[in-house]
Amino acid sequence: MSNHEHHHEETFITKYIFSQDHKMIAKQFLITAMVMGVIAVMMSIFFRMQLAWPEEGFPILEMFLGKWAPSGVLDPNMYLALVTIHGTIMVFFVLTGGLSGTFFNFLIPLQIGARDMASGFLNMLSYWFFFTSSVIMIISLFIQSGPAAAGWTIYPPLSALPQAMPGSGLGMTLWLVSMSLFVVSSLLGGLNYIVTILNLRTKGMSMTRLPLTMWAFLVTAILGVLSFPVLLSAVLLLIFDRGFGTAFYLSDIMIQGEMLTQTGGSPVLFQHLFWFLGHPEVYIVLLPALGITSEIVSTNSRKPIFGYRAMVGSILAIGFLSFIVWGHHMFMTGMNPFLGSVFTFTTLLIAIPSAVKVFNYITTLWKGNIQFTTAMLFSIGLVSTFISGGLTGLILGDSALDINVHDTYFVVAHFHIVMGLSAIFGMFAGIYHWFPKMYGKMMNKNLGYAHFWLTFISAYGVFYPMHFIGMAGVPRRYYTNTSFPMFEGLLEINELVTIFAILGASAQLFFFFNFFYSIFRGKDAPQNPWRSNTIEWTTPVERIHGNWPGEIPEVHRWAYDYSKPGADEDFVSQIIPLKEGEEEH
Amino acid sequence: MTTFLSFLIVALVLIGIVQIVRIFEIASKLNKPSDKPVSDQDNKYNALALLIVGLGFTAFVGYSFKLWGHLILPDAVTLHGQGIKTLWDITGILILVTFFITQTLLFVFAYKYRGREGNTALFQTHNNKLELLWTFVPAVVLTALILFGLRTWNETMVPDTEGATVIEVYAQQFNWTARYAGADNQLGNAHYTSIGGVNTLGVDINDTLSFDDKVVREIHLPVGQQILMRFRSQDVIHSAFMPHFNVQMNCVPGMNTQFAFTPIKTTKEIREEQEMIERMELVNSERAKKGEEPVEFDYVLLCNKICGAAHYNMQIKVIVETQEEYNAWLSEQQTFQSLVSAQ
Ligand code: HEM
Ligand SMILES: [Cu+2]
Ligand SMILES: [Cu+2]
Repeated sequence: MSNHEHHHEETFITKYIFSQDHKMIAKQFLITAMVMGVIAVMMSIFFRMQLAWPEEGFPILEMFLGKWAPSGVLDPNMYLALVTIHGTIMVFFVLTGGLSGTFFNFLIPLQIGARDMASGFLNMLSYWFFFTSSVIMIISLFIQSGPAAAGWTIYPPLSALPQAMPGSGLGMTLWLVSMSLFVVSSLLGGLNYIVTILNLRTKGMSMTRLPLTMWAFLVTAILGVLSFPVLLSAVLLLIFDRGFGTAFYLSDIMIQGEMLTQTGGSPVLFQHLFWFLGHPEVYIVLLPALGITSEIVSTNSRKPIFGYRAMVGSILAIGFLSFIVWGHHMFMTGMNPFLGSVFTFTTLLIAIPSAVKVFNYITTLWKGNIQFTTAMLFSIGLVSTFISGGLTGLILGDSALDINVHDTYFVVAHFHIVMGLSAIFGMFAGIYHWFPKMYGKMMNKNLGYAHFWLTFISAYGVFYPMHFIGMAGVPRRYYTNTSFPMFEGLLEINELVTIFAILGASAQLFFFFNFFYSIFRGKDAPQNPWRSNTIEWTTPVERIHGNWPGEIPEVHRWAYDYSKPGADEDFVSQIIPLKEGEEEH
Repeated sequence: MTTFLSFLIVALVLIGIVQIVRIFEIASKLNKPSDKPVSDQDNKYNALALLIVGLGFTAFVGYSFKLWGHLILPDAVTLHGQGIKTLWDITGILILVTFFITQTLLFVFAYKYRGREGNTALFQTHNNKLELLWTFVPAVVLTALILFGLRTWNETMVPDTEGATVIEVYAQQFNWTARYAGADNQLGNAHYTSIGGVNTLGVDINDTLSFDDKVVREIHLPVGQQILMRFRSQDVIHSAFMPHFNVQMNCVPGMNTQFAFTPIKTTKEIREEQEMIERMELVNSERAKKGEEPVEFDYVLLCNKICGAAHYNMQIKVIVETQEEYNAWLSEQQTFQSLVSAQ
């Protein structure tokens, strides 16, 4: 095989740095996202400390933030900057670049039976754009005027005018440059994913035999390709407004005593463009996690996923609906109330496919023979948080109810539970599940359990109480609650949240230790440790370039023949032909 | 001190867990090694833990309303707020019921069907009847919810504002100013190019409608009277949020927005309510701990859209009072015309 020879000629640089092998690129995405994740979590601890103990100075803050935390007391501008960069990194770098970049690259060729992505070169470019974009975002933390601080949604005019806040100077410029590169990265990746899934499936892998992971990834990639360009245009117009005196988003502004000449623009236009990406984005974050979970729940329940067709249908429905609901982020902009009505209607519709998915997960457990691997625990955690977070969406999506919780901590609770927790749990589940395939080693089970339990408990400990802070009326992006008598009395609950946040963050040490220790010292993995049907487990443990040593196997059945009556074992790999007289599920 | 203690607790918990993991490690080495990724014992303990933690959390959600319920804002003191409260209650009950049912099923199934050597799972791929049922039921419930929600939304946002008292709320980094329309109940024109000197809102000095306008730093509202609040912003987007009133609207530079509502409870009345008295006791005991003076309850309008460094402290006091008190207060305020000519 020519692929094989090629493999032997690789130098260090082509193998580990400018690699075009999808498995190596996946690991590059994963490691980069892990580094970014650590930074974002540390930021959240810093600003949570300020919220819980507003009067106290912490030497550790001064150590990390220097002049932004004189005597250890966080500066309000830096508070906003930390919140902004925390949100940006989590949403884009960890849960979009990290989650999609890792698992799409890793799993697509392996699960559809391809030697590699359609274009290895574009794939490599996608990673290096991502990497550059990450580096620029990190560099922005170190500049004199501080990083972008207008919130991850960077609404102009706040983000457009350097006079409005220090973070809107060079920091915002770097943010915009970084995000533009990020969009390029995700487009290169996205096109590649779509083309690969549609064109490179092995013989017998019809669309109706695709594992649900692949369906979720395909729809996610399509969402990305259709929505990220709109963010890019929003960003470009903002760059024009900032640098070239245009007035797309600016009108009638007097700031710091200076009368601006721009008139006729509309700040609300930006919000429409931003959320046209922004809402699909939350599904870009969530759908891959749901796909991963479908696979893991079925495998470890030793049962077919319940209602495969309904699952595919609901992924498609969610994907479609996610494009026509963006206005629910803008109910309070003074939009025409009729428009608000339309967005309420479409938004609440999403609850239907979401409910179907939840019921199908739960029914998959029913009468199963559940194996509690760490991945399975995180998947069950995902279903739990998906329910908890999804349900509060019924409040936020209902324009009349949104009036009093819009932009409060209720929203922070909602989106962390459904986007932060569910998606992060899905990512962890995926890492624990496919680690043996990535590194040929097993992760330590008991450390995994400790990681799950601490994470699960502190996750709810951090974000559940925030609903009450929100229902008490506390706005988000507030440096402190102490300037209003009506918010006194929330100190205790804020302290509780922060302590859980510190506990939860510390729990990640178990994960990091386990991850790196297992790469080098873990037990050798067997070829198919979870006794799974999907075809990535038919590749050799050695993880060769081109994936399969000989011919790519042919697929004869769907991925969910678990505990099928008449089979020898409780799983039947997709590559095993149907027996005489056997029906395909 | 609390900080130090919390860190100590976190450290101890982590150390404790490392020890437990090690015990498990050693225990599992003593048992005969198996080639299965998880043992029956793992399944048993994790399933049990899921049941306890999962149902424990579910139960705690119920209990939390008792524990923290007093933190929730009191019932809205506006007419439209009452309609929203009904919608909120119905939605809330629906959410909690669904939450309890689905979470319980999830954790009970996880426990009940934990893996055991020799067990086989049921081979079941789908069930059309069941799936139709749980597509149909949410669809019906949501339809009802949507219809009810839209009715409430339209009643709130598209009211008849004939006879409403017009008040303008003006936002800038980082404070609020209010402008009352005066005897004609009509605000004079304003444009940002007219801002200067005492004319901080850019009101058109030549517009006769502006002569009797009154610019103030405190919002007074007559109880039982419909208010039409109009919003403008000078610099960036702000959001005027009055949590007790169920009122919120963004203030967008270059744009005019508005919200109409009718307050139904005076500041004095709400201060005398038992619930509010208890709430203020809590507030004042917290303040006492920090050596701050006790305060009385006041309504407030605050900023709810990130607008810069002092976003967290951009507020203006709101007072709801009887029509007579309101009239008396308003008549004491200086008109825009006399303000400008005094310059
Ligand atoms: C250690 C865990 C985490 C803690 C303690 C935490 C806490 C917080 C808090 C307190 C805020 C500020 C809310 C505000 O003032 O508006 C925030 C903002 C945010 N967080 Fe997290 N978070 C965590 C993890 C995550 C994860 C996993 C995500 C992934 C989606 C995430 C995404 C965001 C976003 C998008 C924002 C909004 C930023 C903005 O307002 O511009 N966070 N987080
Ligand atoms: Cu949305
Ligand atoms: Cu503000």
